[in-house]
Amino acid sequence: MDLQLFWFVTLGVLLTGYAILDGFDLGVGILHLTARDDTERRLQMNSIGPLWDGNEVWLVTFGGALFAAFPDVYATAFSGFYLPFMLLLFALIFRGVSLEFRSKVHTARWRSAWDGSFFAASTLTTFLMGVAVGSAMRGLPIGPDREFAGGLGDLLHPYALLVGALAVATFAMHGAIYLHLKTEGALQQRLVGWMWRTFGVFLVLYLLATIATLVSVPHATANFARWPALWVLVLLNVLAVANIPRAIHQGRPAYAFASSAATIAALVALFGAALFPNLLVSSLDPAWSLTLRNASASEATLGTMRNIALLGMPFVLTYTGIIYWVFRGKVKLGPHSY
Amino acid sequence: MDLDVLWLSRLQFALTIMFHYLFPPLSIGLGALMVGMEGMYLRTRDPRWSRIARFWTRVFAVNFALGVGTGIVMEFEFGTNWATYSRFVGDVFGSALAAEGVFAFFLESGFLAVLVFGWDRVGPKMHFFATLMVAIGSTFSAVWIVVANSWQQTPAGFHIVGEGLRARAEITDFWAMVFNPSSMHRLTHVLLGSWIQGAFFVMSISAWYLLRGRHRWFAERSFKVALLLGAASSLAMLVSGHGQASAVAVNQPAKLAAFEGHFKSGPADLCLFGLPDSEAGAVRAAVCLPGGLSLLIHGDADAPVVGLDQFKPEDRPPVAIPFLTYHLMVALGMGFIGLTGLALLGWWRGWLFERRWLLWVFVAAVLGPILANQAGWVAAEVGRQPWVVYGLLRTSDALSKAVSGEMVLTSIIGFGLIYALLFAVWVFVLNEKIKHGPEEEPDASAPPPEGKPPRDVLGAAAMLSGRGGSLTGRDDAAGLLAAGQAAPTKVEGPAGPEDGGR
Repeated sequence: MDLQLFWFVTLGVLLTGYAILDGFDLGVGILHLTARDDTERRLQMNSIGPLWDGNEVWLVTFGGALFAAFPDVYATAFSGFYLPFMLLLFALIFRGVSLEFRSKVHTARWRSAWDGSFFAASTLTTFLMGVAVGSAMRGLPIGPDREFAGGLGDLLHPYALLVGALAVATFAMHGAIYLHLKTEGALQQRLVGWMWRTFGVFLVLYLLATIATLVSVPHATANFARWPALWVLVLLNVLAVANIPRAIHQGRPAYAFASSAATIAALVALFGAALFPNLLVSSLDPAWSLTLRNASASEATLGTMRNIALLGMPFVLTYTGIIYWVFRGKVKLGPHSY
Repeated sequence: MDLDVLWLSRLQFALTIMFHYLFPPLSIGLGALMVGMEGMYLRTRDPRWSRIARFWTRVFAVNFALGVGTGIVMEFEFGTNWATYSRFVGDVFGSALAAEGVFAFFLESGFLAVLVFGWDRVGPKMHFFATLMVAIGSTFSAVWIVVANSWQQTPAGFHIVGEGLRARAEITDFWAMVFNPSSMHRLTHVLLGSWIQGAFFVMSISAWYLLRGRHRWFAERSFKVALLLGAASSLAMLVSGHGQASAVAVNQPAKLAAFEGHFKSGPADLCLFGLPDSEAGAVRAAVCLPGGLSLLIHGDADAPVVGLDQFKPEDRPPVAIPFLTYHLMVALGMGFIGLTGLALLGWWRGWLFERRWLLWVFVAAVLGPILANQAGWVAAEVGRQPWVVYGLLRTSDALSKAVSGEMVLTSIIGFGLIYALLFAVWVFVLNEKIKHGPEEEPDASAPPPEGKPPRDVLGAAAMLSGRGGSLTGRDDAAGLLAAGQAAPTKVEGPAGPEDGGR
């Protein structure tokens, strides 16, 4: 595989890892206010307590890898999305500190303030990342100088907002299934209802987003006509989606979680298949699009980076495995909990 | 409104990086000390050492969360505000940043979970291993980011491809990029600065406990461990600082001239303090050692040192800020040597913890390393101006073209408000942690209400929820658990149905 393609795929893998892992902890944040009392809220927060920070590193590494492998894409996208990304940063900061600070003081007012901020920040983070994906799908007004030449209206287009809403529903569903896996008793019983509700909302938005993509984003389907084998992704996606209610109905939450993870992986793969070989589509002139060919770093750097990735990833997967193993099983509250 | 995007973007970068840089040095320094403290526990198996390690770990976690949150901002900001810079350096800077993610962040974030939440889930050796990994991870992250920044100061191992707007640096020799002329000097300097900050932080809190007569055993041991690291690092800093200044003289003469307020080439004095006046080309109200700078750099008081007059006006860095921050840093560094030396003397003579005034000095002295680390970076970065990549790319050419002054003003206001709030909350939470202090001796806590101590965390939680359903009382839970641990039964991981079969 040539290096530019290797990095296109690797970025997809990093994004998938991020969406599956941080997806469930963002989903827990989106559902945070559904918990009825302080104990339930603490249980929910502690179900992700040891994990969310490591999950977020997938985003940091995705950003670093994008910067290194496709500097022009990083520069154009991040400066183009200036205000939405600033809002995203504020949300990411509040999410982290809400988790960390909520437990430090025992007054109801302190805790409910951080509860609200944890919910809002998790929802906003997810929504803005969905909006970014939606905008990337649709294409952006990128000029011949590779600079973003639009305004906020180009970023907050209804299609992008729809994808943002889909992201919120997807992660909420993913988080509900995760919480069901990690909790017990009455809280767990109530989460069955939330799994169904979030799945329902997800399904509606998933269908709407699919129709909107087919109708209003013609270049998204071009690759499927060219390489019919890509339909396998669509099939896998539909199967994974269909398997979620089946697994919930059978009372097999681990299977349902695997299915929602597979759904997310398939959605990211479809996003990649729709974009390829572009990373940023110019809506002004296709010749101005940033592709994996014209926007990459040098061969030498891509090669060095590949070696770094191949050397580092086994370690990363090993410690991720160790951490998930150490913190397996139902969540418990203890002296070191949030 | 006509807003200066360059000025605003620089202001925002300065604000966000300076706020961020409150936390990483503390994480690196505290991480190193935690390895020492937990190592003492493994060696002695004295539970008091375990309580020391636990307390500092809790403090560490609060700082770490802020370091992560404010650090993501930095990674985004290169792209959002400095897109032209990002295109220019992506090949070089991006690889260092990606290596930081792969080698450092996963390591520290992953094992931090074991460090903070894993006390009852893993054995002491595994826990010590996790502490070591977090300390190594935070040190690695300093390695990669300092390498990237050093490349901006002294670019090496690259060639320029393309012209004008499309020009960019591409790596030709990865290891020459990593080991560029300034990276090892600067890395040593940054790590020593972090260890000093961590040490003074621990000494400050310990001294406060001693003054209050609280947690005496805890505070004396913590203080001594920190003092050893602080004294060694302060002394080593003298060597590192001299080495680095000599390297700056060779690699970035304009920067050294700004540090020292050396306007005209020729034999140079070493000013202890003064107020540089760029208009007049002189340092006012100065107290200088004649020929001192020439002596330090060339070993000869009459040897000429390159002055700012050797550079075109548009290539000269500003003088006032680098001069003042550099001198502040050096003065504080000397102060650390004096203060830690005095404390070592007191330890040896046995009066260290008896002199209340000295303990008060140590309570306040935590501000010293924070100021010195900030001042050092301001001197290094402002001294590099007007270049963002020394000699290759001007800061004024590095901006994002798609970003307007209004947008940057909006985000500065946002960062200003949020960081002010975060700072207040951080100080408040830290203060609560310090007031609460380390866990008390286990025999001091009440015996568990039931005859048998709860076998696991779930048991403790269930017992608590039985008592009015309030789980907010974390101190109660901690007391119960401490009692559970004091009993011979080892507190196992969760014994839920999920794990029973494994």
